[in-house]
Amino acid sequence: MIDQIHTARDSALVRLAAATSSDDVRTVELEVLGKRGTLTDLKAGLGRLATIDEKKEAGRSLNEATTQVSDALQLRLAEFRSTERTVQMEAERIDLTEVMQRPGRGHAHVVTQAWQQLEDVFIGLGFQVAEGPEVETDWYNFEALNMPANHPARSMHDTFYVEHGEPGSTVLRTHTSPVQIRVMQNIQPPIYMIMPGRVFRNETTDATHLAVFHQIEGLVIDRGITLADLAGTIEAFTKAFFGEGFSSRLRPSYFPFTEPSAEFDIRTPAGDWLELGGCGMVHPNVLRAGGLDPEEWSGFAFGFGIDRMAKERHAIGDVREMYSNDIRFIEQF
Amino acid sequence: MKIVHSWLNELVPVGDDIDAVANIITNLGLAVESVERVGGSVTGVITAQVLRTEPHPDAAKVHRVFVDAGDGVERHVWCGAFNMQPGDVIPLATPGTRMPDGRVIEPKPILGISSDGMLCSANELGLGNDHSGILILPAGTPLGLPYGEALGRGEEVVYDLDVLRNRPDCYGHLGVARDVAAKLGATVLAAPALPALSSTVLSATVELVAGDRCPRFTSTVISGVTVTESPDWMRRRLAAAGMRPISNVVDVSNYVMLETNQPNHAYDFATLGGGGFRVRLANEGEVLVTLDDVARTLTADDLLICDALDRPIGLAAIMGGQNTEISETTTTIALESAWFEPAAIMRSVVRSGLRSEASARFERGVDPLGIERGIARFVELLTLTCPDLMVHDGMVDARSEHLPGVTKFSVRPVRVSALLGTSFDATSIAALISPIGFGVEHVGDDLEVTVPSWRPDCTQEVDIIEEVARHYGYDLLGKTVPKSTLPGGLSGVQQRRRRLRDVLLGLGLSEAMPHPFLAADELSKAGLPSEAVRLANPLVVGDDILRTSLRPGLLKALAFNESHRRPGVALFEIGHVYPPSSDVLPAEHESLGIVVAGADARAAVAIWRELAAAMGWGARLDQGSIPAGLHTSRSATLSLGKDAIGAVGEIHPEVTDAFDIAERVAVLELNVTVLLASEPRVPHWKVTGRFPSSDLDLAFIVPDTVAAEKLDKAVRQAAGPLLVDLSLFDVYRGAGLPEGTRSLAYRLRLQALDRTLTDEDVASVRGKVETATAKMGAVLRG
Repeated sequence: MIDQIHTARDSALVRLAAATSSDDVRTVELEVLGKRGTLTDLKAGLGRLATIDEKKEAGRSLNEATTQVSDALQLRLAEFRSTERTVQMEAERIDLTEVMQRPGRGHAHVVTQAWQQLEDVFIGLGFQVAEGPEVETDWYNFEALNMPANHPARSMHDTFYVEHGEPGSTVLRTHTSPVQIRVMQNIQPPIYMIMPGRVFRNETTDATHLAVFHQIEGLVIDRGITLADLAGTIEAFTKAFFGEGFSSRLRPSYFPFTEPSAEFDIRTPAGDWLELGGCGMVHPNVLRAGGLDPEEWSGFAFGFGIDRMAKERHAIGDVREMYSNDIRFIEQF
Repeated sequence: MKIVHSWLNELVPVGDDIDAVANIITNLGLAVESVERVGGSVTGVITAQVLRTEPHPDAAKVHRVFVDAGDGVERHVWCGAFNMQPGDVIPLATPGTRMPDGRVIEPKPILGISSDGMLCSANELGLGNDHSGILILPAGTPLGLPYGEALGRGEEVVYDLDVLRNRPDCYGHLGVARDVAAKLGATVLAAPALPALSSTVLSATVELVAGDRCPRFTSTVISGVTVTESPDWMRRRLAAAGMRPISNVVDVSNYVMLETNQPNHAYDFATLGGGGFRVRLANEGEVLVTLDDVARTLTADDLLICDALDRPIGLAAIMGGQNTEISETTTTIALESAWFEPAAIMRSVVRSGLRSEASARFERGVDPLGIERGIARFVELLTLTCPDLMVHDGMVDARSEHLPGVTKFSVRPVRVSALLGTSFDATSIAALISPIGFGVEHVGDDLEVTVPSWRPDCTQEVDIIEEVARHYGYDLLGKTVPKSTLPGGLSGVQQRRRRLRDVLLGLGLSEAMPHPFLAADELSKAGLPSEAVRLANPLVVGDDILRTSLRPGLLKALAFNESHRRPGVALFEIGHVYPPSSDVLPAEHESLGIVVAGADARAAVAIWRELAAAMGWGARLDQGSIPAGLHTSRSATLSLGKDAIGAVGEIHPEVTDAFDIAERVAVLELNVTVLLASEPRVPHWKVTGRFPSSDLDLAFIVPDTVAAEKLDKAVRQAAGPLLVDLSLFDVYRGAGLPEGTRSLAYRLRLQALDRTLTDEDVASVRGKVETATAKMGAVLRG
């Protein structure tokens, strides 16, 4: 019996050593340790041995042989798995630069991107966002903003008139400022509001001018608001939007709806000054038009172009390109 | 407005630091847009003396000129002009000089001998038209100097100012000088005294018929005038300021206007009928030939200057007439200096399209009391070329009660400080505004301020607050940040709009921004009703419709991309549309438009479903109501209650044809003003079961007349709470099916929360579904 066990064991070990694939190993496993395997058969024969000692000795020997074969088998199997995995890995090689198609994402318009960035910066500074109609009455667009009929400053706005109601009564808003009046009429101060939106100027378009473009306007009305508060808010915005290395200044200017009025310029880290927009303390006549008492409330307003932000940020040479709706342009951003 | 440095410097000493002066002016709110240097020398052209000339044996058209540029070095220059003699001083352009015409002088050899530069004609130096020969400079001119310096021909520095609407006074050098003087703590040159009068009485009478339109008209008769050229310095300054020098009388007139901002007009006294003026409104249709030789037909709203015989001689404030123009034989002039009502002048200018330097000033508002200084200056300057000048009998000064009076109001230092964030008292405010001409009187803690006559823009306290800030310096007022007590953030609508945009981008749609104006035929091309709001004054003739739908713009964008070899483009726009309305304003609202080229109606519905799920929108899809411009059997109206809020489906083939689009176009348009207005229900958690689920695949043969949506609904109802997901996974039409039917295959995923489903559970669902769907004419297959 012992000899039979050793023979079966040695034969199995030799076959395992000679195996050339995991399939060979599995065949050995089946033929030696399987239901009809040589060692399994011997195990069944243990009961036929005469003495207990014989049984003990043969049983121990059989266990040792089974363990030896089984260990050798696992070892060989692991070896083959590893090689075969390696072969599979190599066979499945893909050149990852061989990409035919991207899943494709949608692209937000450059102006929308600038618009949202501006909103987010002002929201961070504690502002809310208001909107208003693009077709406006003459009253909201001009009168209420201290530009009564025949006011010379009206000629600075190349206005689109709309055939609606009385002739001359309805315009495409020339700026976002009419929203100031609507906000004042609807909300009790304190007001900390920005007003982004589309505006219209009846002027010939070129690489830097559009007849339809976008502005963002800010309005703060509270008790005791000063020109220094305006300068400080512009400075805070400049640093938040453009970066810590930028600064700002106010320069006297003229707008009918603010007084004192100013232009605001920003200074790049390289030391260049760029004109950005207009601002000023809300004119008492404008506060009155909004239903507020200028002796009780004061405030400031500022405004500038959104399109220009997109233009500068992405170095777009011709602003008209932003409205070409050419997918080759849209997909760049 | 061009401000000439030397001119400004004469009115107030500002020094030579051009950048510093430009900065001061800019910081006063008169933005210097650019600084130009005009006239002067061409850099590199120096004076030299001719030593000798030497002809070339083989070239008759040129000769060699040997010159000395003062350094004792003999230089030889090839020259094609022969008008110089040894000893003459001439301008030599040294190699490397860039000439006014852009040429750069190079030592180009002729006949093998290089040239040490070029001798210049007057024309080549931009000094006139003479190109007949080399410019010979006066004998004794020092050598080796820039020729301009040697000629005493100074360069003029010109500041180009962006003068704002509220500063009409700064259309004259004097206005800028007043502001700069105050900033520098300097004094402006005093007005010259009116000259002594001649004893000979000679005056031009003035009759003010339209005193409301011309509240002040003065005439001054001046004899002993000889029409000649103006002095060089005056010609130079006028040219630098952008006015062509003409003759001494015209030049002085312009010079006074550019200096004092007071326009004036000189008439030839000899041609002035009746020896006087009459100021009246024109008769409708009356004709005047203006100085520019154009016969102008006037209206009853135009103001005329006539002579005493009522013959029109000038369009008031705008342009004089030809009949009384100064000529070379003029010896006596009648000088008009007046103040006109600005708004009416603006109307005349707009109506006639005739704009002049004078009208530009009158319509902005000149100083009603600045006339005296202008006349005194006129006489002072004209005397320089007309030493025998005589001023007769002073000035006839006709005024009406419409002349603006003195403006006075109270300024509260408390208010000034409250707005500027300062602590100015009356004294510090007075110190800032009196130097620019404001009269101040202390009344208690406040100031009673008198506005100078040249500042019509200042009418109330806040105007003074701006003057205080301007002259104190905006940059010194500090920077503080006000603290809002409100939380910043987007409104609900704005937050939902951002979410909507994010979902659209995630679906692979890109954002377009078409123009909101359309051509009149573009609505009908898109199959839409043609009722729309129109622009009264479109920029592009024809583009005069305000869009009522985003579709035409988006279709144009698809057509553009398709024609540029980009088919299959998927675009969206969130923008305003402006349907007509009888309200105060059009029925403007925000709309979402989506177009997908190369996709059919099912793609549009799939997008709608995804948006509806993401945004929590519910709307009824009504295929019985075909939206205008859409495919008649592949589109539906989306409705919320009784209101249509959108359209979904495919663009009508006739419309894609009209827009030159070859592909099918899936379309979705929604009124997002309505859809974003309400806050959607927040989804509540539905328990995800832990027990295994079972799938039940059912295929139905359904008549084409029964919408899949109806079958969906019946299946859901019949299956009851065990149904956790229902999906349509196959649609089949064709062989093996009765005509007019199709097969719809659904997968029902069934799951219970409390147990593993049994075969009986599944069979029971199947039975209920079969019964319910059979009622709609659906037959369960297999």
